[in-house]
Amino acid sequence: MNIPFSYVARNLWTRRLTTLLTAGGLALVVFVFATVMMMDAGLKRTLVTTGERDNVVVIRKGAETEIQSGISRDQAGVIEMHPAVAIGAAGTRMVAKESVVLISLLRRGDEKPSNVVIRGASARSLELRPQVRLAAGRPFRPGTSEIIVGSSIAARFDGTGIGDQIRFAQRSWTVVGIFDAAGSGFDSEIWGDVEQLMQSFRRNSYSSMVARLADPGLFESFRADVGADPRLSNEMKREQTFYSDQSRALSTFINVLGLTLSVIFSIGAMIGAMITMYASVANRVGEIGTLRALGFRRSSVLGAFLVESLLMGLAGGAMGLALASFMQLTSFSTVNFQTFADLSFRFVLTPGIAAQSLLFALAMGLAGGFLPAVRAARLNIVDALRAA
Amino acid sequence: MHALKLAIRNALRHKLRTTLTVVGLIVAVLAFGLLQTVVDAWYAGARAASNGRLVTRNAISLVFPLPVSYEARIRGVEGVNAVVRSNWFGGVYQDPKKFFAQFAVSDNYFDLYPEFVLTEAERRDWLRDRKGCLVGRQLAERYGFKVGDVLPLRGTIFPGTWEFVVRGIFEGADDTKITMHFLFHWDYLNESLRKAGRGRADQVGMYIIGVANPDNAATVARAVDATFKNSLAETLTETEQAFQLGFIAMSNEIIAAIRIVSYVVILIILAVMANTMSMSARERIAEHATLKTLGFGPGYIVLLILGESCVICAIGGGLGIAATPPTAAAFKQFTGGIFPIFTVSGATLAMQAACAVAVGVIAAIVPAVQAARVRIVEGLRAIG
Repeated sequence: MNIPFSYVARNLWTRRLTTLLTAGGLALVVFVFATVMMMDAGLKRTLVTTGERDNVVVIRKGAETEIQSGISRDQAGVIEMHPAVAIGAAGTRMVAKESVVLISLLRRGDEKPSNVVIRGASARSLELRPQVRLAAGRPFRPGTSEIIVGSSIAARFDGTGIGDQIRFAQRSWTVVGIFDAAGSGFDSEIWGDVEQLMQSFRRNSYSSMVARLADPGLFESFRADVGADPRLSNEMKREQTFYSDQSRALSTFINVLGLTLSVIFSIGAMIGAMITMYASVANRVGEIGTLRALGFRRSSVLGAFLVESLLMGLAGGAMGLALASFMQLTSFSTVNFQTFADLSFRFVLTPGIAAQSLLFALAMGLAGGFLPAVRAARLNIVDALRAA
Repeated sequence: MHALKLAIRNALRHKLRTTLTVVGLIVAVLAFGLLQTVVDAWYAGARAASNGRLVTRNAISLVFPLPVSYEARIRGVEGVNAVVRSNWFGGVYQDPKKFFAQFAVSDNYFDLYPEFVLTEAERRDWLRDRKGCLVGRQLAERYGFKVGDVLPLRGTIFPGTWEFVVRGIFEGADDTKITMHFLFHWDYLNESLRKAGRGRADQVGMYIIGVANPDNAATVARAVDATFKNSLAETLTETEQAFQLGFIAMSNEIIAAIRIVSYVVILIILAVMANTMSMSARERIAEHATLKTLGFGPGYIVLLILGESCVICAIGGGLGIAATPPTAAAFKQFTGGIFPIFTVSGATLAMQAACAVAVGVIAAIVPAVQAARVRIVEGLRAIG
């Protein structure tokens, strides 16, 4: 027969301060754990949504990012004419030849410079990325020194409002629009006309090109053809793979650091749970004796104390998750180690993260409560009754 | 004195609870110290930078180079002693995870960097071999590079596979210097690029300038930038330290997050400690009432509880602080050179001590006030 659940729950309630302090310790650990996972999920979501499923990115062989890459005009022409490339409404090929460089801008707030991606975009660039929508102003006109900025650039960097002038490469560029890229990496970019930007940066080759496949199944043959063509020294990836590869180093860093910290911190919180549960057992020796005398088995006593510590863990987990869910209101920005450019992303709480955080909290409660529960279960009835 | 003795005795009454709390404190103080050291390690490069050197780069951003012709004009600026060309190579050795910094530098590099020591023989061997390279001691130890090894690097910025022969291993003049980088001849890079065509030759990533008098660094920096004002490639010149700090600032939210998290662990242990103290105080209500009956004032009770809390924190904090330097050394070994400089600073130790004291005092406040306020009759009536 099991000891009633209400007995267990009321024990926690009777010793509110102790329960609260212990659960608070657990909550802080869960908060750190959940926040790190949310950060990683946000980073992945940002970079995965940056890519479209049917799009491929072509870069120079050996280059890992668009910044390092270069594609000459004749190479771009050869790739553009490949039959795997989709043909758009007006009969034009769905290809955007782009030039990607970094410029350094001053962050709002601390006035420190940070690298920002500036993308020379062509007529097809917007069409190839349906998630990019103009939020304010108008698109840049080809052939002019006009640029549009991503929403997180506009929010975080000085002098990037509509009508502002940004000076680089011996020209003043006018911001004419702000675009929203639905939380993808493009939000941390500035776009302008590719020919204008290449001229002012004195470059004669593109950085990368993006093409829409006529049929998603053509990817392998397209890639093989580009690899085999002696005129080309390029390689291609699916756009989604390309961008998620760029998050790998940062994601590993966040995960390793965050999980190590969570494990170390959990030791502290588990000790807290253990102290509380030992005290809970010590204060109730007489009660335990009475329960045993009434006929409850050792296993029932063990179960009751384990449930008590699990409940405490659950309370801590819920508090920690509640705290962590507020982090969704903020965003985080850092330099991506691989592209060397500033990247801003949000904290994303997924059901999976919530479940893992609660499981983690329960595990901490269980680990802290196990030894005290065993001690309670092993008490001798006579000794326990005498202690009361 | 009397109260301290009683406080120590009290702390030892519940051996299991005190031991657990002390273990928790050790873990927390240790974790706090290590996290602070991680943040310090981030800044190690900037701290090692000399204020006698300036870095000149393209004003647009680091991805744009400067023409090689600028070298002679920079040399002509008043107050400039020496100029070194430097290009970031960005090659991959075996696997992208095995990252280390590679620079193509002009041959006078070591004149500007006296903190890196190379034997005369090694220097001569390097100068004689166009494909020769030099590796830092820490880098050589991490990947087992030896003099005479041939290192193939796959270029990410400069296409192709490049082969270099290790001609020497340079040492740091003292242990604060990071020797995790790889150097080779700028001329080798440039000649190869010239052969490849494509117009990428004769470009320099950045110029490192030695200033005759470090006090004039700012003036020299302004003079260099003024020389190239309104040219095709305008320059940005700053001290080496500002240049390094600029890199760190780009990831400053990560550093801020680590800092915040290091205080979270202190909060966790504060909750544990406060719990321990409130339990102790609750168990001893009757004793405190007895003490009051005997004529001891509430101040004495506060002193007792505060003393007990501080004794536990002093033991836990002390052990945690003592364990920090050896753990940091082990951590440095274990992570295999991700943090070439990983030493615990005096400031970190002081902050650990301050945190331990703060935890001891704050954890005791609520139980101490409650115990001091308890009425004698109620206290005597209470059962543990």
